[in-house]
Amino acid sequence: MLKTFKLGGVHPPENKLSADKEIQVLPLPKSVFIPVAQHIGAPATPTVKRGDEVKVGQVIAKSSSFVSTNIHSSVSGKVKKVDFSEDSSGYPKQGVFIDVAGDEWIDEIDRSEELAREFDIDGAEIIKKIQEAGIVGLGGATFPTHVKLVPPKGMKAEVLLINGVECEPYLTSDHRLMLEKADEILVGIQLLMKALNVEKAVIGIENNKPNAIQLLSEKTKNYKGILVQPLKVKYPQGGEKQLIKAVTGKEVPSGGLPIAVGAVVSNVGTAFAVYEAVQKNKPLFERVVTITGKGVSQPSNFKVRIGTSTSELVESAGGLPESTGKVISGGPMMGRAIASLEVPVTKGTSGILIMKEEESKRKDYIACIRCSRCVSVCPMGLEPYLLMTLSQKQIFDRAENDRVMDCIECGSCSYTCPSDRPLLDYIRFGKGKVGQIIRSKKK
Amino acid sequence: MSKLLIVSPSPHVHSDDSTQKIMYRVVLAMIPALAWSVFVFGLDALRVTIIAVLACLAFEFLIQKYLIKVKPTVTDGSALITGILLAFNVPSNIPWWIIVIGSLAAIGIGKLSFGGLGHNIFNPALVGRVFMLISFPVQMTSWPVNRQSGIDAVTSATPLGIIKEGISNGTPISEISQSLPSTFELFWGGIGGSLGEISAVLLVIGGLYMLYKKVITWHIPVSILATVGVIAGIFWMVNPAIYINPLYHILTGGLMLGAIFMATDMVSSPMNPKGQVIYGVGIGVITISIRLFGAYPEGISFAILIMNAVTPLINYYVKPVRFGGK
Ligand code: SF4
Ligand code: SF4
Repeated sequence: MLKTFKLGGVHPPENKLSADKEIQVLPLPKSVFIPVAQHIGAPATPTVKRGDEVKVGQVIAKSSSFVSTNIHSSVSGKVKKVDFSEDSSGYPKQGVFIDVAGDEWIDEIDRSEELAREFDIDGAEIIKKIQEAGIVGLGGATFPTHVKLVPPKGMKAEVLLINGVECEPYLTSDHRLMLEKADEILVGIQLLMKALNVEKAVIGIENNKPNAIQLLSEKTKNYKGILVQPLKVKYPQGGEKQLIKAVTGKEVPSGGLPIAVGAVVSNVGTAFAVYEAVQKNKPLFERVVTITGKGVSQPSNFKVRIGTSTSELVESAGGLPESTGKVISGGPMMGRAIASLEVPVTKGTSGILIMKEEESKRKDYIACIRCSRCVSVCPMGLEPYLLMTLSQKQIFDRAENDRVMDCIECGSCSYTCPSDRPLLDYIRFGKGKVGQIIRSKKK
Repeated sequence: MSKLLIVSPSPHVHSDDSTQKIMYRVVLAMIPALAWSVFVFGLDALRVTIIAVLACLAFEFLIQKYLIKVKPTVTDGSALITGILLAFNVPSNIPWWIIVIGSLAAIGIGKLSFGGLGHNIFNPALVGRVFMLISFPVQMTSWPVNRQSGIDAVTSATPLGIIKEGISNGTPISEISQSLPSTFELFWGGIGGSLGEISAVLLVIGGLYMLYKKVITWHIPVSILATVGVIAGIFWMVNPAIYINPLYHILTGGLMLGAIFMATDMVSSPMNPKGQVIYGVGIGVITISIRLFGAYPEGISFAILIMNAVTPLINYYVKPVRFGGK
């Protein structure tokens, strides 16, 4: 039976142009720029300096607190400099520039392709390995995975949910990974289950990926406690709260974490990275990235070393089309438009979407006709039209009471508004302000 | 790199729906009832509709351009809807200048004085209708005969008018009924009345189309009709001698027109399902109260206007179902 979340949601055209394109290995870049902040939390502290020789998999920046992660070199070669450069946020960020020479990996990494199914390791050790390997949520949230695996005092995880939803239009990296690395993902899930000490894991997959549902359902028969739950296609089902609701029927309370209802959510890409880290001693220094768009001559999925510039990826997909208006890091609903193709691929880059000029421009917006569509599509049960007005007029106390902080920035409201109103732009602003006010009150 | 990339916040895609498309869907939904009115009242109905539409468009354009000096928005379709609804609410033999005055009231007072589309508290067409009803009560309530009904007369009273009149004279319902059209006639549209209110079935078809196209949801029309039906039903069961049956109430006097096309006006109705049900029940209660106890035979217009006025309050207090509870 197909499940889904109840409140709101939209169904934008799926445009999964690269769904049947096998994952290819992107040729090694000539140089990389690896930012030290690729995750939520404190930036890592660089441990290398100009002129240092580095190998693939070597730590080049150390985790600086619990909510932080290590950063590893994705290439071998010489450190050119440690400096600031623009990442997908558009702001200059600190990172390590490396000129690539050869492809020499650290010895610890097991480079065989063989499936390593068996493990004999306890939960604490798994978490330690995950932490050392620099693993973060690869669905785009980039929250350090080891932090999620240690529930706050008094709370206990009951179920592990694996996000194979990939509800963003265009993106196919998770889909391909499920098809090509199913067993590795399932072993990774077992490792996560052990780390969390839970007996049950459910993989949620939308039914626009019937081949992935079929393959994983078949394979899970050999793995105890893991189930596949097919889901009806609806955006934003990949949102943590929506996925938990769809699969378990439970609602994470306002302001609460998934663990409040006994759930921990991880992405399929993350499960794969966990497999590689624990079974193959391989830190996170490469990931699968979809490169796609209606004007792109060869929409594809690539395995890319972290720090590779977007332009190399674009070249391998046939070059930047003449018609390009916008380049997005991520999907069309929640991704960020980047201003320069020099921006590097980081742990959170799930895809690069190239949009044509005519798709890129926003229309002028007109008056709100109070059609209430934004209200009915909001997956959090908010009133976007009202939150926009309150943010515009800077009535922040009412915005707070009307739960602006619950907004997950999914963009369903702006997507739907027939008057083309930039609802989320204003709500983001209001959310930022209300967040500041709340923090200053706490002090 | 030679080319500058566009940078804007997410989302980067938009549904292909637009306000204009929604408005034209409403217009399309009104076509069956409009066509029927032309069929039964002849070219007079067409004349009234054309005058109302042209007057509304013209007033919107002129007032926006020369009085408040903003870019006119006549093409958005909303003034067109107001024009048709206004025509739906008057008899087909009404003098042209009354329609023009009604249009001015609708667009000028009902809509633009509040700030234009999206800002009006009241449904503009209803403002126009009530303005005409109060200013020109005689012309507004003498209806030509339905050519399909086979009655030989120049003007006819509406069924609700006949009932009100009869009851105030002390005639029992059983006797009044003899001069009333049958329920079946009400249903397909063989009665006298304003342009748009005579055929329940065609109004319902328009409503179903709007439901299918997601222009409206069921909450408002169903809660209005159900409330009227239930309350009328209770009175009828208690004393059928002086109260007519509930089906009669539902099918007469523009209740369908009001419930499907007027109360559902997006701008002036509540923003979430809970609020919409409260609003609908409110309209139902007020409508049936006016019909049973008030001075006017008909009450839906006043009921909608009253609940329009309450809508901001409903929006303030009645919140949608939140994710994650209270
Ligand atoms: S962006 Fe925020 S307000 Fe808009 S639909 Fe998503 S959760 Fe609701
Ligand atoms: S979807 Fe747009 S027009 Fe409709 S109520 Fe929301 S903001 Fe207003």
